[in-house]
Amino acid sequence: MKSPAHAAPRSTPSSPGFLTRLWPILLVLVLWEVVTRVAANGFFPPPSTIVVRMREMWLTGPAAHLWLSDAALDNFPPSLARLFTGWILAGIVGVVFGLLLGRSVVLARFVDPLVHFGRAIPPPMLLPLLIPLMSIGTPMQLTTIVFGVVWPVLLNTVEGARYVDRQHVETARVFGFTRGQRLWRVILPSATPKIFAGLRLSLSLALILMVVSELVGSTNGIGFQLRESERAFDPPGLWGSLVVLGLLGYVLNLAFFTVERRVLSWHRAAKQTT
Amino acid sequence: MLEISNLTHTYGSGPSAHTALGGIDLRVAEGELVCIVGPSGSGKSTLLRSIAGLLRPTGGRITLDGTPVAQIPDDLAVVFQDYSRSLFPWMSVADNVSLPLRRKGQSRKQRTRSAAEALEQVGLASAGSKYPWELSGGMQQRVSIARALAYRPSLLLMDEPFGSVDAQTREDLEDLTLLVRGLHNMTILLITHDIDESVYVGDRVVVLSKAPARVVGDLRVDLPGPRDQINTREHSDFVRLRGEVGRLVRGVRPSQPSAL
Amino acid sequence: MSGRALLRNRVVCGALGVATLLLLAEAAGRAGLFGQDTLPLTSTIVARTVELAGDEEFLTDVAATMTAWSLGLLLTVAVTVPLGLLLGSLPKVEATVRPLIEFLRPIPSVALIPLAILLFPDRLDLKIAVIFYASCWPILINTMYGLRDVDPVAKETLRSFGFGPLAVLWRVSLPSTAPFIATGVRLAGGIALILAVSAELLAGGSDGIGAYVIEASSSPDGLEFIIAATVWAGILGVVTNSLFIGAERRLFRWHTARAGVAA
Ligand SMILES: Nc1ncnc2c1ncn2[C@@H]1O[C@H](COP(=O)(O)OP(=O)(O)OP(=O)(O)O)[C@@H](O)[C@H]1O
Ligand SMILES: [Mg+2]
Repeated sequence: MKSPAHAAPRSTPSSPGFLTRLWPILLVLVLWEVVTRVAANGFFPPPSTIVVRMREMWLTGPAAHLWLSDAALDNFPPSLARLFTGWILAGIVGVVFGLLLGRSVVLARFVDPLVHFGRAIPPPMLLPLLIPLMSIGTPMQLTTIVFGVVWPVLLNTVEGARYVDRQHVETARVFGFTRGQRLWRVILPSATPKIFAGLRLSLSLALILMVVSELVGSTNGIGFQLRESERAFDPPGLWGSLVVLGLLGYVLNLAFFTVERRVLSWHRAAKQTT
Repeated sequence: MLEISNLTHTYGSGPSAHTALGGIDLRVAEGELVCIVGPSGSGKSTLLRSIAGLLRPTGGRITLDGTPVAQIPDDLAVVFQDYSRSLFPWMSVADNVSLPLRRKGQSRKQRTRSAAEALEQVGLASAGSKYPWELSGGMQQRVSIARALAYRPSLLLMDEPFGSVDAQTREDLEDLTLLVRGLHNMTILLITHDIDESVYVGDRVVVLSKAPARVVGDLRVDLPGPRDQINTREHSDFVRLRGEVGRLVRGVRPSQPSAL
Repeated sequence: MSGRALLRNRVVCGALGVATLLLLAEAAGRAGLFGQDTLPLTSTIVARTVELAGDEEFLTDVAATMTAWSLGLLLTVAVTVPLGLLLGSLPKVEATVRPLIEFLRPIPSVALIPLAILLFPDRLDLKIAVIFYASCWPILINTMYGLRDVDPVAKETLRSFGFGPLAVLWRVSLPSTAPFIATGVRLAGGIALILAVSAELLAGGSDGIGAYVIEASSSPDGLEFIIAATVWAGILGVVTNSLFIGAERRLFRWHTARAGVAA
């Protein structure tokens, strides 16, 4: 079970000079505004129109609700809940089974084809399969998300757990660590960087699957609203949902990056001294 | 002719700046073989990279046949100190050696022949179809020498070219360098940390000081007759020159007796 | 072969694992653990899966999905690799464009499908467009990353022999980046399949595996066929992924061999 990727370069949104680097985005926004106004194509509304539509959709509520409208309150929380619950569940399942498979060569040999097969199924295929079994609703969506995003965590954990520095394992043996201690104090920490790499891939995949599952079978959520805008032929509303999803993806990335840096600081420090 | 005057180079700027070359003056006549010795980290590779036009020095002048070196000179070959990184892992050894010959407009057949010839000269006749990473360090180093020799440059720069080979092969490669130089009239600059080697192969030995590097000694090697690994090394002039270079490298004035 | 030797054999163990799972599922199904009328029996699913291999309608749909997949991927590679090489060679331009990339990349690609449905009346165009958007990122990022990883000594070597910048790009940077590009394409391949299927599920009037499944869901014993089609989708995924990995191993032996030495 070889892991997926070469480590992709880290995007470092928090690096200094970030704000000064924002001008290309502003430039593109201004250009976009001008071009869409001149072209006047209904499918490509100018950014200003999109912003107005977003306000209208989501920020017309009472002050007591932070000005969030009913549409916002009905759709944003369920989406976020699905996304995080699915991701966390998949993370737990992936790490537990990953450690198991990573430390037991024989077991890994038995389930290897199953894992490869499961990973290769395009997760949206599960939706038409689960809808008749579980009917439309959050359990069905959670199952799709968990099944779809568990693989990167699982495979990365397997690899992290398998290639623990032999020196460390032997040290732990010599000093008579119990099995549990070995797992908790040696194997898990040294697999952490890999686990985080898997969790990062899973997070962006979870966002994708949240959207698909809401597009296909849901009665609320950002994806549902996106689908409604499409059916109502409302391009500004559609673009508005896209913007929200893009921002959500960006913020998730940034938050994950920050946490990862905190947690893995020991790892980087150790690497620098060797 | 290669002329270097008051060459300086400083890496970085501010508090972390490091001056590697502190004003080097050197002239090398056409067809000459000059050995450069100096302590590790003194700036030998920096000097070589400046001559090759791979690095723009922060001060001074380098001219080759009267024209300043601004780009990489024509008809140049370099044997890099990082020989393994300088070979292309995706090509076979023979392809590595023949690739530069495309610049000379040789036909495929000619290139193959030149590459095979050069590989045979360095004792790797049978390694042509292998990949560089399938060879030992010393063999890789010989491949990069073969590549430079096959190219028949008019200026050849070698940065510690015999560092990773055994003593016997090393002597063979030294003799090969002398032979090729005689046949094709190359100007050669050879960096080494081996004092005996510098005296054995060089027409001149130039000694650099610790960083910032300056020329602290420039000795003409006048040894009789064709050089020979056994007899030349026993010759009294050889022994004397070796002593002088050694003292210069250690920072002792040549006229003074050894501090030991 | 002794039992111990059998345990060492990957193929034997893997086959045993699959067989065990199938048998357990069959037994559980017959024992009524899943509830008789919801999940079909494993034996039924296996039979349907075999049946589908000869079903002309299904095979046409598979072909449609794979056509969109390969065309989309080809287009992405043709556009993105040169773009990545260009950006990677021009650090100033890259620094300018990077914030844009950072904002565009996190947009979940499937969210573009509704917009694409409005924009592209032709379903093949639609699939190719969304595949392009989704799979350009791994290829672009990996190309740029690989280009940054090219050994400067290797580039200097070629330059010292008098080769110009284009020759260096073609003979050193490109071959040395190729393994990274290949990894990017393999990752993109997986994503492209997700996008193709999602588009088929969402855009009515399309063909492909996704459309087949939607159609099947309206028939009474549809679930059996849906599961069988899903099994085939998984098999297709495994096959394409293994083809990629096999090609990478074969073409870039120098890369893995060297990495092995360094590790
Ligand atoms: N790219 C660089 N950036 C900063 N400093 C450098 C760089 N390259 C070399 N130096 C510094 O310049 C000095 C001279 O380096 P150089 O490689 O020329 O030494 P050298 O004489 O070739 O040493 P050696 O015999 O070990 O190869 C060293 O102190 C080195 O740390
Ligand atoms: Mg050096």
